[in-house]
Amino acid sequence: MDLSVQIGSLTLKNPLIAASGCFGYGVEYADMVDLASLGGVAVKGLFLNEREGHPAPRIVETPAGMLNAIGLQGIGVRRFIDEKLPELRARQATVIVNICGTTLDEYVEVARILSDAEGIAALELNISCPNIKEGGIQFGCSLTGTFDVVSAVRRVTKLPIIPKLTPNVTDVASFARASEDAGADAVSLVNTFLAMVIDIESRRPRISNVVGGLSGPAIRPIAVRMVYECRQTVKIPIVGMGGIADARDALEFMIAGATAVQVGTANFVDPLIWPKLLDGMRQYLERHQIARLADLVGTVDTTARDKEWISS
Amino acid sequence: MQYTAAMPVDVWADVVANYTLSSDYNILVLGAPEIAAAAEPGQFVMVKAGTGHDPLLRRPFSVFEVLRNEGGAPTAISILNKRIGPTTTLIYTAAHGQRMAVLGPLGRPFSPVDPPAEAWMVAGGVGLAPFATLAASLGARGVRSTLFYGARRGQELFCLNLFRDLDVDLVLTTEDGSAGEHGRVVAPLERRLAARPADAPVMVYACGPEGMLAATASVATRHGRPSQVSVERVMGCGLGGCYSCVVPMRGDDGRYHHVRSCLTGPVLPGDQIRWD
Repeated sequence: MDLSVQIGSLTLKNPLIAASGCFGYGVEYADMVDLASLGGVAVKGLFLNEREGHPAPRIVETPAGMLNAIGLQGIGVRRFIDEKLPELRARQATVIVNICGTTLDEYVEVARILSDAEGIAALELNISCPNIKEGGIQFGCSLTGTFDVVSAVRRVTKLPIIPKLTPNVTDVASFARASEDAGADAVSLVNTFLAMVIDIESRRPRISNVVGGLSGPAIRPIAVRMVYECRQTVKIPIVGMGGIADARDALEFMIAGATAVQVGTANFVDPLIWPKLLDGMRQYLERHQIARLADLVGTVDTTARDKEWISS
Repeated sequence: MQYTAAMPVDVWADVVANYTLSSDYNILVLGAPEIAAAAEPGQFVMVKAGTGHDPLLRRPFSVFEVLRNEGGAPTAISILNKRIGPTTTLIYTAAHGQRMAVLGPLGRPFSPVDPPAEAWMVAGGVGLAPFATLAASLGARGVRSTLFYGARRGQELFCLNLFRDLDVDLVLTTEDGSAGEHGRVVAPLERRLAARPADAPVMVYACGPEGMLAATASVATRHGRPSQVSVERVMGCGLGGCYSCVVPMRGDDGRYHHVRSCLTGPVLPGDQIRWD
Protein backbone atom coordinates (compact mmCIF):
# COMPACT_ATOMS: atom_id res chain seq x y z
CA MET A 1 0.00 0.00 0.00
CA ASP A 2 1.52 3.29 -1.12
CA LEU A 3 0.56 6.38 0.86
CA SER A 4 3.12 8.69 -0.73
CA VAL A 5 2.08 11.78 -2.64
CA GLN A 6 3.90 14.24 -4.85
CA ILE A 7 3.88 18.04 -4.39
CA GLY A 8 5.91 19.38 -7.28
CA SER A 9 9.41 17.99 -6.90
CA LEU A 10 8.71 17.04 -3.28
CA THR A 11 7.64 13.52 -2.36
CA LEU A 12 5.77 13.21 0.93
CA LYS A 13 5.72 9.78 2.56
CA ASN A 14 2.04 10.32 3.28
CA PRO A 15 -0.39 13.21 2.71
CA LEU A 16 -0.66 14.34 6.34
CA ILE A 17 0.87 17.73 7.15
CA ALA A 18 0.63 19.49 10.49
CA ALA A 19 -0.96 22.86 9.67
CA SER A 20 0.96 26.06 10.19
CA GLY A 21 -0.04 27.96 13.31
CA CYS A 22 -1.40 24.80 14.92
CA PHE A 23 1.80 22.91 15.66
CA GLY A 24 4.16 25.56 17.05
CA TYR A 25 7.58 25.07 15.47
CA GLY A 26 7.09 21.30 15.57
CA VAL A 27 9.67 20.85 18.32
CA GLU A 28 6.96 21.37 20.94
CA TYR A 29 5.44 18.04 19.86
CA ALA A 30 8.66 16.15 19.20
CA ASP A 31 8.49 14.08 22.40
CA MET A 32 4.86 13.06 21.86
CA VAL A 33 4.67 12.67 18.09
CA ASP A 34 7.13 10.95 15.76
CA LEU A 35 7.69 13.92 13.49
CA ALA A 36 9.27 11.68 10.85
CA SER A 37 6.00 9.76 10.55
CA LEU A 38 4.21 12.84 9.23
CA GLY A 39 4.12 13.74 5.56
CA GLY A 40 5.25 17.20 6.59
CA VAL A 41 5.37 19.75 9.36
CA ALA A 42 4.29 23.29 8.41
CA VAL A 43 5.82 25.50 11.08
CA LYS A 44 4.34 28.67 12.49
CA GLY A 45 4.46 31.66 10.14
CA LEU A 46 7.75 33.53 10.12
CA PHE A 47 8.53 37.13 9.31
CA LEU A 48 12.04 38.48 9.00
CA ASN A 49 11.94 39.67 12.61
CA GLU A 50 10.34 38.68 15.89
CA ARG A 51 6.73 39.64 16.54
CA GLU A 52 4.80 39.67 19.81
CA GLY A 53 1.34 39.15 18.31
CA HIS A 54 -1.96 40.24 19.84
CA PRO A 55 -2.78 40.39 23.56
CA ALA A 56 -4.85 37.58 25.12
CA PRO A 57 -7.60 36.50 24.82
CA ARG A 58 -6.60 35.15 21.45
CA ILE A 59 -9.07 32.31 20.95
CA VAL A 60 -12.67 31.52 21.71
CA GLU A 61 -14.53 28.30 21.11
CA THR A 62 -17.52 28.30 18.72
CA PRO A 63 -19.96 25.55 17.72
CA ALA A 64 -17.73 22.74 16.39
CA GLY A 65 -14.95 25.23 15.87
CA MET A 66 -12.83 28.01 17.22
CA LEU A 67 -12.00 31.59 16.44
CA ASN A 68 -8.41 32.75 16.70
CA ALA A 69 -6.47 35.95 16.35
CA ILE A 70 -2.95 35.18 17.51
CA GLY A 71 -1.43 37.96 15.42
CA LEU A 72 1.44 35.91 14.00
CA GLN A 73 3.60 35.92 17.10
CA GLY A 74 6.91 34.51 16.02
CA ILE A 75 10.65 34.34 16.56
CA GLY A 76 11.72 35.53 13.13
CA VAL A 77 13.40 33.55 10.40
CA ARG A 78 16.98 33.66 11.69
CA ARG A 79 16.16 32.47 15.18
CA PHE A 80 14.07 29.71 13.61
CA ILE A 81 17.06 28.51 11.61
CA ASP A 82 19.36 28.69 14.64
CA GLU A 83 17.09 27.42 17.41
CA LYS A 84 14.41 25.16 15.88
CA LEU A 85 15.58 23.82 12.53
CA PRO A 86 18.43 21.69 13.91
CA GLU A 87 16.06 19.69 16.13
CA LEU A 88 13.52 19.32 13.32
CA ARG A 89 16.29 17.97 11.10
CA ALA A 90 17.53 15.64 13.82
CA ARG A 91 13.99 14.29 14.15
CA GLN A 92 13.91 13.80 10.36
CA ALA A 93 10.84 15.98 9.91
CA THR A 94 9.88 17.12 6.42
CA VAL A 95 9.94 20.83 7.14
CA ILE A 96 7.60 23.20 5.34
CA VAL A 97 8.23 26.78 6.41
CA ASN A 98 5.30 29.16 6.36
CA ILE A 99 6.59 32.62 5.43
CA CYS A 100 5.01 36.02 5.91
CA GLY A 101 5.81 39.56 4.94
CA THR A 102 4.50 43.05 5.36
CA THR A 103 6.04 43.95 2.00
CA LEU A 104 6.92 42.06 -1.14
CA ASP A 105 10.59 42.62 -0.34
CA GLU A 106 10.18 40.94 3.03
CA TYR A 107 8.75 37.78 1.47
CA VAL A 108 11.67 37.72 -0.93
CA GLU A 109 14.21 38.26 1.83
CA VAL A 110 12.73 35.56 4.09
CA ALA A 111 12.55 33.13 1.14
CA ARG A 112 16.16 33.85 0.22
CA ILE A 113 17.40 33.27 3.77
CA LEU A 114 15.51 29.97 4.03
CA SER A 115 16.75 28.83 0.61
CA ASP A 116 20.31 29.11 1.90
CA ALA A 117 19.51 26.97 4.95
CA GLU A 118 19.87 23.19 4.88
CA GLY A 119 16.96 20.89 5.55
CA ILE A 120 13.90 22.77 4.32
CA ALA A 121 11.53 20.89 2.03
CA ALA A 122 9.20 23.66 0.85
CA LEU A 123 7.97 27.19 1.50
CA GLU A 124 4.32 27.93 2.17
CA LEU A 125 3.53 31.55 1.39
CA ASN A 126 1.15 32.98 3.93
CA ILE A 127 -0.85 35.50 1.92
CA SER A 128 -4.01 34.85 3.84
CA CYS A 129 -3.75 35.58 7.56
CA PRO A 130 -6.99 37.38 8.37
CA ASN A 131 -5.81 38.80 11.68
CA ILE A 132 -3.20 41.40 10.96
CA LYS A 133 -3.46 44.20 8.46
CA GLU A 134 0.01 43.74 7.04
CA GLY A 135 0.24 39.95 7.22
CA GLY A 136 0.02 39.27 3.52
CA ILE A 137 -3.73 39.46 3.20
CA GLN A 138 -3.25 42.59 1.09
CA PHE A 139 -1.52 40.28 -1.40
CA GLY A 140 -3.88 37.37 -0.91
CA CYS A 141 -7.04 39.37 -1.61
CA SER A 142 -5.79 40.80 -4.90
CA LEU A 143 -5.13 38.71 -8.01
CA THR A 144 -2.26 40.93 -9.13
CA GLY A 145 -0.88 40.99 -5.57
CA THR A 146 -0.95 37.19 -5.44
CA PHE A 147 0.70 36.94 -8.85
CA ASP A 148 3.38 39.48 -7.93
CA VAL A 149 4.40 37.96 -4.59
CA VAL A 150 4.49 34.40 -5.95
CA SER A 151 6.52 35.55 -8.98
CA ALA A 152 8.95 37.46 -6.81
CA VAL A 153 9.56 34.52 -4.48
CA ARG A 154 9.79 32.18 -7.48
CA ARG A 155 12.74 34.19 -8.78
CA VAL A 156 14.80 33.71 -5.61
CA THR A 157 14.22 30.09 -4.65
CA LYS A 158 14.34 26.61 -6.11
CA LEU A 159 12.34 25.24 -3.18
CA PRO A 160 8.77 24.21 -3.94
CA ILE A 161 6.49 27.16 -3.14
CA ILE A 162 2.94 26.74 -1.93
CA PRO A 163 0.85 29.91 -1.57
CA LYS A 164 -1.74 29.47 1.21
CA LEU A 165 -5.00 30.96 0.02
CA THR A 166 -7.69 32.77 1.91
CA PRO A 167 -11.33 31.71 1.63
CA ASN A 168 -12.38 35.31 2.27
CA VAL A 169 -12.75 36.09 -1.44
CA THR A 170 -15.58 35.57 -3.91
CA ASP A 171 -13.74 33.16 -6.20
CA VAL A 172 -10.85 31.32 -4.57
CA ALA A 173 -10.14 29.36 -7.77
CA SER A 174 -9.03 32.53 -9.55
CA PHE A 175 -6.38 32.99 -6.85
CA ALA A 176 -5.24 29.41 -7.36
CA ARG A 177 -4.88 30.19 -11.07
CA ALA A 178 -2.95 33.40 -10.40
CA SER A 179 -0.60 31.36 -8.20
CA GLU A 180 -0.17 28.72 -10.88
CA ASP A 181 0.49 31.35 -13.55
CA ALA A 182 3.16 32.89 -11.33
CA GLY A 183 5.03 29.60 -10.98
CA ALA A 184 3.72 28.12 -7.73
CA ASP A 185 4.32 24.39 -7.31
CA ALA A 186 1.07 23.90 -5.42
CA VAL A 187 -1.55 25.88 -3.50
CA SER A 188 -2.84 25.22 0.00
CA LEU A 189 -6.33 26.14 1.11
CA VAL A 190 -8.21 27.19 3.09
CA ASN A 191 -6.89 29.55 5.71
CA THR A 192 -9.51 30.56 8.28
CA PHE A 193 -12.79 32.35 7.68
CA LEU A 194 -12.99 35.87 9.08
CA ALA A 195 -15.53 35.78 11.89
CA MET A 196 -16.63 37.39 15.15
CA VAL A 197 -17.99 36.35 18.54
CA ILE A 198 -19.56 38.82 20.99
CA ASP A 199 -20.24 38.32 24.69
CA ILE A 200 -23.79 39.63 24.98
CA GLU A 201 -23.49 40.34 28.74
CA SER A 202 -20.53 42.69 28.41
CA ARG A 203 -21.24 43.47 24.71
CA ARG A 204 -17.56 43.06 24.06
CA PRO A 205 -15.85 40.89 21.45
CA ARG A 206 -14.55 37.64 22.95
CA ILE A 207 -11.05 38.07 21.50
CA SER A 208 -8.79 41.09 21.78
CA ASN A 209 -8.46 41.63 18.03
CA VAL A 210 -12.29 41.98 17.76
CA VAL A 211 -12.40 39.67 14.73
CA GLY A 212 -10.52 36.46 14.02
CA GLY A 213 -10.29 33.37 11.86
CA LEU A 214 -12.77 30.50 12.19
CA SER A 215 -11.45 26.94 11.95
CA GLY A 216 -12.52 23.46 12.94
CA PRO A 217 -15.17 20.97 11.77
CA ALA A 218 -17.72 23.78 11.32
CA ILE A 219 -15.95 25.05 8.19
CA ARG A 220 -15.15 21.71 6.57
CA PRO A 221 -17.90 21.52 3.92
CA ILE A 222 -17.06 25.02 2.66
CA ALA A 223 -13.39 24.14 2.48
CA VAL A 224 -14.13 20.91 0.59
CA ARG A 225 -16.18 22.88 -1.92
CA MET A 226 -13.34 25.35 -2.42
CA VAL A 227 -10.79 22.56 -2.97
CA TYR A 228 -13.17 21.01 -5.50
CA GLU A 229 -13.49 24.34 -7.35
CA CYS A 230 -9.73 24.83 -7.46
CA ARG A 231 -9.25 21.28 -8.74
CA GLN A 232 -11.44 22.18 -11.73
CA THR A 233 -9.33 25.26 -12.40
CA VAL A 234 -5.62 24.47 -11.91
CA LYS A 235 -3.29 21.59 -12.70
CA ILE A 236 -0.84 22.08 -9.82
CA PRO A 237 -1.39 20.00 -6.68
CA ILE A 238 -3.68 21.27 -3.95
CA VAL A 239 -3.02 20.92 -0.24
CA GLY A 240 -6.47 20.85 1.33
CA MET A 241 -7.41 21.81 4.85
CA GLY A 242 -10.28 23.07 6.96
CA GLY A 243 -11.78 21.15 9.85
CA ILE A 244 -10.25 17.72 9.23
CA ALA A 245 -10.85 15.73 12.41
CA ASP A 246 -10.57 12.11 11.28
CA ALA A 247 -9.44 9.93 8.38
CA ARG A 248 -12.80 10.17 6.64
CA ASP A 249 -12.50 13.95 6.55
CA ALA A 250 -8.98 13.75 5.12
CA LEU A 251 -10.13 11.28 2.44
CA GLU A 252 -13.04 13.58 1.55
CA PHE A 253 -10.60 16.40 0.81
CA MET A 254 -8.47 14.10 -1.33
CA ILE A 255 -11.46 12.84 -3.29
CA ALA A 256 -12.45 16.48 -3.84
CA GLY A 257 -9.03 17.12 -5.35
CA ALA A 258 -6.43 17.59 -2.61
CA THR A 259 -3.14 15.75 -3.12
CA ALA A 260 -2.16 16.33 0.51
CA VAL A 261 -4.01 17.62 3.54
CA GLN A 262 -3.22 19.69 6.59
CA VAL A 263 -4.65 19.14 10.06
CA GLY A 264 -4.74 22.00 12.51
CA THR A 265 -7.50 22.47 15.06
CA ALA A 266 -7.97 18.71 15.54
CA ASN A 267 -4.36 18.49 16.71
CA PHE A 268 -5.30 20.75 19.63
CA VAL A 269 -8.08 18.37 20.60
CA ASP A 270 -6.00 15.23 20.10
CA PRO A 271 -2.23 15.66 19.78
CA LEU A 272 -1.93 11.93 19.09
CA ILE A 273 -4.28 12.07 16.12
CA TRP A 274 -1.63 11.32 13.47
CA PRO A 275 -1.32 7.52 13.70
CA LYS A 276 -5.11 7.31 13.99
CA LEU A 277 -5.48 9.24 10.72
CA LEU A 278 -2.96 7.01 8.97
CA ASP A 279 -4.64 3.83 10.22
CA GLY A 280 -8.02 5.08 9.04
CA MET A 281 -6.66 5.88 5.58
CA ARG A 282 -5.00 2.48 5.28
CA GLN A 283 -8.22 0.73 6.26
CA TYR A 284 -10.12 2.68 3.63
CA LEU A 285 -7.64 1.77 0.91
CA GLU A 286 -7.84 -1.85 1.90
CA ARG A 287 -11.62 -1.84 1.93
CA HIS A 288 -11.73 -0.22 -1.51
CA GLN A 289 -8.78 -2.21 -2.85
CA ILE A 290 -6.83 0.85 -3.84
CA ALA A 291 -3.07 0.28 -3.95
CA ARG A 292 -1.93 3.90 -4.23
CA LEU A 293 -3.52 6.63 -2.18
CA ALA A 294 -2.54 9.16 -4.84
CA ASP A 295 -4.96 7.44 -7.21
CA LEU A 296 -7.81 8.68 -5.05
CA VAL A 297 -7.06 12.35 -5.66
CA GLY A 298 -9.81 14.24 -7.46
CA THR A 299 -11.91 11.14 -8.08
CA VAL A 300 -15.17 12.65 -6.94
CA ASP A 301 -17.89 11.38 -9.26
CA THR A 302 -20.42 14.09 -10.00
CA THR A 303 -21.94 12.46 -13.07
CA ALA A 304 -24.65 10.47 -11.33
CA ARG A 305 -25.80 13.58 -9.58
CA ASP A 306 -26.00 15.41 -12.91
CA LYS A 307 -28.16 12.68 -14.47
CA GLU A 308 -30.48 12.59 -11.52
CA TRP A 309 -30.80 16.32 -11.75
CA ILE A 310 -31.64 16.21 -15.45
CA SER A 311 -34.19 13.43 -15.17
CA SER A 312 -36.05 14.91 -12.21
CA MET B 1 13.25 28.61 30.54
CA GLN B 2 11.05 25.66 29.74
CA TYR B 3 10.44 23.25 32.58
CA THR B 4 11.16 19.70 31.55
CA ALA B 5 9.38 16.92 33.37
CA ALA B 6 7.89 13.55 32.62
CA MET B 7 6.42 13.38 29.14
CA PRO B 8 2.68 14.06 29.22
CA VAL B 9 0.39 11.16 28.45
CA ASP B 10 -3.14 11.15 27.08
CA VAL B 11 -5.36 8.64 28.83
CA TRP B 12 -9.01 7.64 28.78
CA ALA B 13 -9.81 8.19 32.43
CA ASP B 14 -12.84 6.69 34.16
CA VAL B 15 -14.94 9.04 36.23
CA VAL B 16 -14.37 7.41 39.61
CA ALA B 17 -16.44 9.82 41.68
CA ASN B 18 -18.16 13.18 41.42
CA TYR B 19 -18.59 15.15 44.64
CA THR B 20 -21.02 18.05 44.40
CA LEU B 21 -19.86 20.92 46.61
CA SER B 22 -22.52 23.51 45.74
CA SER B 23 -24.79 24.53 42.89
CA ASP B 24 -21.67 25.61 40.93
CA TYR B 25 -18.72 23.63 42.27
CA ASN B 26 -17.78 19.96 42.21
CA ILE B 27 -14.76 17.72 42.59
CA LEU B 28 -14.35 15.16 39.82
CA VAL B 29 -12.12 12.15 40.44
CA LEU B 30 -10.52 10.73 37.30
CA GLY B 31 -8.79 7.36 37.21
CA ALA B 32 -5.45 8.27 35.69
CA PRO B 33 -2.65 6.51 37.57
CA GLU B 34 0.11 7.54 35.12
CA ILE B 35 -0.77 11.21 35.50
CA ALA B 36 -1.27 10.89 39.26
CA ALA B 37 2.19 9.37 39.60
CA ALA B 38 3.93 12.11 37.61
CA ALA B 39 2.02 15.28 38.56
CA GLU B 40 3.81 17.93 40.58
CA PRO B 41 2.07 20.71 42.55
CA GLY B 42 0.87 23.45 40.21
CA GLN B 43 0.78 21.31 37.08
CA PHE B 44 -2.39 20.93 35.05
CA VAL B 45 -4.26 18.55 32.77
CA MET B 46 -6.26 19.17 29.59
CA VAL B 47 -9.66 17.49 29.81
CA LYS B 48 -11.99 16.70 26.91
CA ALA B 49 -15.38 16.49 28.55
CA GLY B 50 -17.49 15.18 25.67
CA THR B 51 -16.66 12.94 22.74
CA GLY B 52 -18.08 14.91 19.81
CA HIS B 53 -17.27 18.22 18.14
CA ASP B 54 -19.30 20.40 20.49
CA PRO B 55 -17.73 21.38 22.80
CA LEU B 56 -14.64 20.86 20.68
CA LEU B 57 -11.60 21.86 22.69
CA ARG B 58 -10.17 20.54 25.91
CA ARG B 59 -10.06 22.71 29.00
CA PRO B 60 -7.18 23.15 31.43
CA PHE B 61 -7.60 22.16 35.09
CA SER B 62 -5.08 22.22 37.90
CA VAL B 63 -4.51 18.85 39.49
CA PHE B 64 -6.40 19.28 42.79
CA GLU B 65 -5.55 16.04 44.59
CA VAL B 66 -3.49 12.93 43.91
CA LEU B 67 -5.40 9.91 45.24
CA ARG B 68 -3.66 6.74 46.35
CA ASN B 69 -4.69 3.19 47.13
CA GLU B 70 -4.11 1.46 50.47
CA GLY B 71 -0.59 0.54 49.39
CA GLY B 72 0.19 4.18 48.69
CA ALA B 73 0.30 3.84 44.91
CA PRO B 74 -1.21 6.76 42.95
CA THR B 75 -4.48 5.76 41.29
CA ALA B 76 -6.35 8.90 40.36
CA ILE B 77 -6.37 12.67 40.26
CA SER B 78 -9.17 15.01 41.14
CA ILE B 79 -10.03 18.39 39.63
CA LEU B 80 -11.89 21.26 41.27
CA ASN B 81 -14.49 22.50 38.83
CA LYS B 82 -16.69 25.59 38.71
CA ARG B 83 -19.59 25.48 36.30
CA ILE B 84 -19.39 28.44 33.91
CA GLY B 85 -19.83 27.06 30.36
CA PRO B 86 -20.57 23.94 28.31
CA THR B 87 -17.42 21.97 29.23
CA THR B 88 -17.54 22.81 32.92
CA THR B 89 -21.25 21.88 32.93
CA LEU B 90 -20.41 18.47 31.45
CA ILE B 91 -17.79 18.05 34.16
CA TYR B 92 -20.25 19.19 36.83
CA THR B 93 -22.82 16.61 35.73
CA ALA B 94 -20.41 13.78 34.85
CA ALA B 95 -21.54 10.37 36.07
CA HIS B 96 -19.56 7.51 37.56
CA GLY B 97 -18.41 5.20 34.77
CA GLN B 98 -18.15 7.87 32.08
CA ARG B 99 -14.77 8.31 30.44
CA MET B 100 -12.88 11.47 29.56
CA ALA B 101 -9.65 12.07 27.64
CA VAL B 102 -7.13 13.55 30.07
CA LEU B 103 -3.76 14.85 28.88
CA GLY B 104 -1.03 15.61 31.37
CA PRO B 105 0.71 16.44 33.54
CA LEU B 106 1.49 19.72 31.83
CA GLY B 107 3.27 22.98 32.59
CA ARG B 108 5.81 24.27 35.03
CA PRO B 109 4.99 23.48 38.68
CA PHE B 110 5.46 25.55 41.83
CA SER B 111 8.97 25.58 43.25
CA PRO B 112 8.59 24.57 46.90
CA VAL B 113 10.62 26.38 49.56
CA ASP B 114 12.45 24.82 52.49
CA PRO B 115 12.44 25.80 56.18
CA PRO B 116 12.93 28.26 57.72
CA ALA B 117 11.03 29.96 54.87
CA GLU B 118 7.28 29.97 55.28
CA ALA B 119 4.82 29.41 52.44
CA TRP B 120 1.88 31.78 52.16
CA MET B 121 -0.67 30.50 49.68
CA VAL B 122 -3.26 32.94 48.36
CA ALA B 123 -6.37 31.45 46.74
CA GLY B 124 -9.41 33.11 45.22
CA GLY B 125 -12.49 30.98 44.43
CA VAL B 126 -11.68 28.05 42.16
CA GLY B 127 -8.04 29.19 42.43
CA LEU B 128 -7.88 26.93 45.48
CA ALA B 129 -7.19 24.07 43.07
CA PRO B 130 -3.37 23.84 42.99
CA PHE B 131 -2.87 24.32 46.73
CA ALA B 132 -3.92 20.94 48.12
CA THR B 133 -0.97 19.21 46.46
CA LEU B 134 1.37 22.12 47.20
CA ALA B 135 0.39 22.11 50.87
CA ALA B 136 1.05 18.36 51.10
CA SER B 137 4.44 18.78 49.43
CA LEU B 138 5.39 21.69 51.70
CA GLY B 139 4.25 19.76 54.76
CA ALA B 140 6.49 16.86 53.81
CA ARG B 141 9.43 19.29 53.68
CA GLY B 142 8.57 20.65 57.12
CA VAL B 143 7.60 24.07 55.79
CA ARG B 144 5.10 26.03 57.85
CA SER B 145 2.30 27.17 55.56
CA THR B 146 -0.71 29.49 55.64
CA LEU B 147 -3.63 29.55 53.23
CA PHE B 148 -5.24 32.93 52.57
CA TYR B 149 -8.50 31.88 50.98
CA GLY B 150 -11.16 34.24 49.66
CA ALA B 151 -14.57 33.47 48.19
CA ARG B 152 -17.80 35.29 47.41
CA ARG B 153 -19.57 33.80 50.44
CA GLY B 154 -19.02 31.37 53.27
CA GLN B 155 -20.70 28.43 51.52
CA GLU B 156 -18.06 28.71 48.79
CA LEU B 157 -15.11 28.16 51.10
CA PHE B 158 -14.50 24.49 50.33
CA CYS B 159 -12.34 21.67 51.66
CA LEU B 160 -11.13 23.56 54.72
CA ASN B 161 -10.60 20.34 56.69
CA LEU B 162 -8.35 18.99 53.96
CA PHE B 163 -6.00 21.92 54.66
CA ARG B 164 -6.45 21.75 58.44
CA ASP B 165 -5.43 18.08 58.30
CA LEU B 166 -2.23 19.19 56.55
CA ASP B 167 -1.51 21.63 59.44
CA VAL B 168 -2.08 24.63 57.21
CA ASP B 169 -3.08 27.82 59.04
CA LEU B 170 -6.22 29.29 57.47
CA VAL B 171 -7.01 32.98 56.92
CA LEU B 172 -10.47 33.22 55.38
CA THR B 173 -12.26 36.12 53.71
CA THR B 174 -15.62 36.49 51.99
CA GLU B 175 -16.89 39.29 49.82
CA ASP B 176 -20.27 39.31 51.61
CA GLY B 177 -18.83 38.91 55.10
CA SER B 178 -20.71 35.66 55.76
CA ALA B 179 -17.55 33.91 56.94
CA GLY B 180 -14.07 34.99 57.91
CA GLU B 181 -12.99 38.56 57.31
CA HIS B 182 -15.27 40.77 55.21
CA GLY B 183 -13.54 41.83 51.98
CA ARG B 184 -10.81 40.69 49.64
CA VAL B 185 -8.15 38.15 50.48
CA VAL B 186 -5.27 40.50 49.68
CA ALA B 187 -6.09 42.72 52.70
CA PRO B 188 -5.05 40.23 55.42
CA LEU B 189 -2.12 39.14 53.25
CA GLU B 190 -0.84 42.70 53.15
CA ARG B 191 -1.21 43.14 56.93
CA ARG B 192 0.72 39.94 57.61
CA LEU B 193 3.43 40.89 55.14
CA ALA B 194 3.80 44.30 56.80
CA ALA B 195 4.08 42.68 60.23
CA ARG B 196 6.63 40.02 59.27
CA PRO B 197 10.26 40.77 60.16
CA ALA B 198 12.40 41.37 57.09
CA ASP B 199 14.84 38.61 58.05
CA ALA B 200 12.09 35.96 58.21
CA PRO B 201 11.80 34.51 54.71
CA VAL B 202 8.44 33.88 53.07
CA MET B 203 7.35 32.75 49.62
CA VAL B 204 3.97 33.92 48.35
CA TYR B 205 2.07 31.49 46.11
CA ALA B 206 -1.11 32.67 44.38
CA CYS B 207 -3.89 31.34 42.17
CA GLY B 208 -7.20 33.00 41.41
CA PRO B 209 -8.80 35.76 39.37
CA GLU B 210 -6.45 38.01 37.40
CA GLY B 211 -7.15 41.05 39.57
CA MET B 212 -6.31 39.09 42.72
CA LEU B 213 -3.09 37.80 41.15
CA ALA B 214 -2.04 41.29 40.11
CA ALA B 215 -2.78 42.67 43.59
CA THR B 216 -1.01 39.76 45.30
CA ALA B 217 2.10 40.05 43.12
CA SER B 218 2.21 43.79 43.64
CA VAL B 219 1.78 43.56 47.42
CA ALA B 220 4.46 40.87 47.66
CA THR B 221 6.90 42.90 45.58
CA ARG B 222 6.20 46.04 47.62
CA HIS B 223 7.14 44.14 50.77
CA GLY B 224 10.24 42.70 49.15
CA ARG B 225 8.88 39.16 48.93
CA PRO B 226 9.08 36.80 45.94
CA SER B 227 5.86 35.40 44.55
CA GLN B 228 4.89 32.51 42.30
CA VAL B 229 1.55 33.02 40.60
CA SER B 230 -0.44 30.43 38.67
CA VAL B 231 -2.10 32.28 35.79
CA GLU B 232 -5.27 31.22 34.05
CA ARG B 233 -5.68 31.79 30.33
CA VAL B 234 -7.96 30.53 27.60
CA MET B 235 -5.90 27.63 26.32
CA GLY B 236 -6.24 25.77 23.02
CA CYS B 237 -3.86 22.85 23.32
CA GLY B 238 -1.77 22.94 26.51
CA LEU B 239 1.32 21.88 24.59
CA GLY B 240 2.66 25.11 23.07
CA GLY B 241 1.15 24.56 19.64
CA CYS B 242 -1.48 27.28 19.41
CA TYR B 243 0.03 30.35 21.11
CA SER B 244 -3.33 31.34 22.58
CA CYS B 245 -2.46 31.38 26.30
CA VAL B 246 0.20 34.09 26.33
CA VAL B 247 1.17 36.36 29.21
CA PRO B 248 3.46 39.41 28.93
CA MET B 249 6.57 38.57 30.95
CA ARG B 250 9.75 40.58 31.41
CA GLY B 251 12.68 38.99 29.61
CA ASP B 252 16.42 39.17 30.14
CA ASP B 253 16.48 42.22 27.85
CA GLY B 254 14.21 44.10 30.30
CA ARG B 255 11.36 44.19 27.82
CA TYR B 256 8.06 42.32 28.00
CA HIS B 257 7.49 39.37 25.71
CA HIS B 258 4.51 37.09 25.25
CA VAL B 259 5.30 33.73 26.83
CA ARG B 260 3.00 30.72 26.58
CA SER B 261 1.50 30.03 29.99
CA CYS B 262 1.23 26.31 29.11
CA LEU B 263 5.00 25.92 28.69
CA THR B 264 6.70 28.72 30.60
CA GLY B 265 3.85 28.67 33.15
CA PRO B 266 1.24 28.28 34.43
CA VAL B 267 3.37 29.17 37.48
CA LEU B 268 5.26 32.38 36.79
CA PRO B 269 7.30 34.82 38.89
CA GLY B 270 4.79 37.46 40.00
CA ASP B 271 7.19 40.39 39.78
CA GLN B 272 7.97 39.74 36.11
CA ILE B 273 4.42 39.74 34.78
CA ARG B 274 2.76 42.77 33.27
CA TRP B 275 -0.86 42.83 34.37
CA ASP B 276 -2.91 44.52 31.64
